Amino acid sequence: MALSREQMAMRVARELQDGYYVNLGIGIPTLVANYIPDGMEVMLQSENGLLGMGQFPTEDEVDADMINAGKQTVTAVTGASIFSSAESFAMIRGGHVDLTVLGAFEVDVAGNIASYMIPGKLIKGMGGAMDLVAGADNIIVLMTHASKHGESKLLTKCSLPLTGAGCIKKVLTDLAYLEIADGKFHLIERAPGVSVEEIIEKTEGELVVPDHVPEMTF
Amino acid sequence: MSGFDKVVNSYEEAMAGLDNDMTVIAGGFGLCGIPEGCIAQIKRMGVKGLTVVSNNCGVDGFGLGVLLEDKQVKKMISSYVGENALFMKQLLEGELEVELTPQGTLAEKMRAGGAGIPAFYTATGYGTLVGEGKDVREFNGRNYILEESITGDFAIVKGWKADRYGNVIYRHTAQNFNPMAATAGKITVVEVEEIVEPGELDPSQIHTPGIYVDRLIQGTFEKRIEQRTVREA
Repeated sequence: MALSREQMAMRVARELQDGYYVNLGIGIPTLVANYIPDGMEVMLQSENGLLGMGQFPTEDEVDADMINAGKQTVTAVTGASIFSSAESFAMIRGGHVDLTVLGAFEVDVAGNIASYMIPGKLIKGMGGAMDLVAGADNIIVLMTHASKHGESKLLTKCSLPLTGAGCIKKVLTDLAYLEIADGKFHLIERAPGVSVEEIIEKTEGELVVPDHVPEMTF
Repeated sequence: MSGFDKVVNSYEEAMAGLDNDMTVIAGGFGLCGIPEGCIAQIKRMGVKGLTVVSNNCGVDGFGLGVLLEDKQVKKMISSYVGENALFMKQLLEGELEVELTPQGTLAEKMRAGGAGIPAFYTATGYGTLVGEGKDVREFNGRNYILEESITGDFAIVKGWKADRYGNVIYRHTAQNFNPMAATAGKITVVEVEEIVEPGELDPSQIHTPGIYVDRLIQGTFEKRIEQRTVREA
């Protein structure tokens, strides 16, 4: 079975470490915050200028001056800090954020990522995504392995305009966990019950498959 | 106005001198921390052909979105736009130009502009459409593109509190782009919720020192929420 959105978030949450500063992109990456292991301290960075993002507010706590990068009302955790956009992107571009998790349309064997623009459709902009992929060393891309029409999103070469060049090393899809090295995808783990053959079939870019591919457990 | 007293008493006075085809830098992220009163005054003045530098362009009927209604904006320099139908319509019909700029690069363009730095190298956007046609230079084995900084004829800024000398404090995430915008205007207009006397704010807690501020006005703010998300109490 392909992983659910929640299982994808749970799997990524296992990459967290105590004391990590983490930036979670909009969409499935946001769900990772629900699976921070007990006893582990993680600070969430929101690129509009908040380090230590907390839960959504209760009705009584709603404050128009407290929002996250998705423009949702939020709270701050104890020990949070708030700062300007320039300061926020100094953290991001200066490589101070320990882990960045974001979605994508396509990733290729060269570590290129396309995530912000589909030509001919509505063009809204890259927001902070180009800064995040250029500035972070430890990035996990979270996306489905193939489109609804069955077309692979793990490619030899991205077809859409790039968000960043040569910056992606780890990808978690609903079918597999893969790493990118030496111009190839490397299959590291597979979703429970998903065959290696299915992953090979749905991966357009060159894929290295070891003799044994462990199944994820939940 | 005298000495260091930056207080003006009307938005007419605050925005005096704004003319057609000028560049306006605006603070705010989404609808959070936007200079509502200055935007409303720009609409009343009816100036056209503006280049507006702001992370976003408001929504239909609120924030910078209201300047689209009478086609006052020629060009937006932003990282994320199109939360408003009118924006997309004018863009598709060629009545509006947009220069999409990565959010961190946009913040740094304002910061550098205000700090007298004409351009800077950044890895952000290298190898993408953003980097096309820009100078590339390698430092320590990595490629960077040259980005030019931004200054404006006017900067419009929303603060929380300020003293009469224009020393400003922002509140929570309504800070966002406001401190950088404040440094990058030839004329910087700050509107705040409360003006206090000099000495009432702790000097070491000031976000924007008064040297950057030309005009200060006390406003009233709707503070509309774009995405109201709550949890059960």
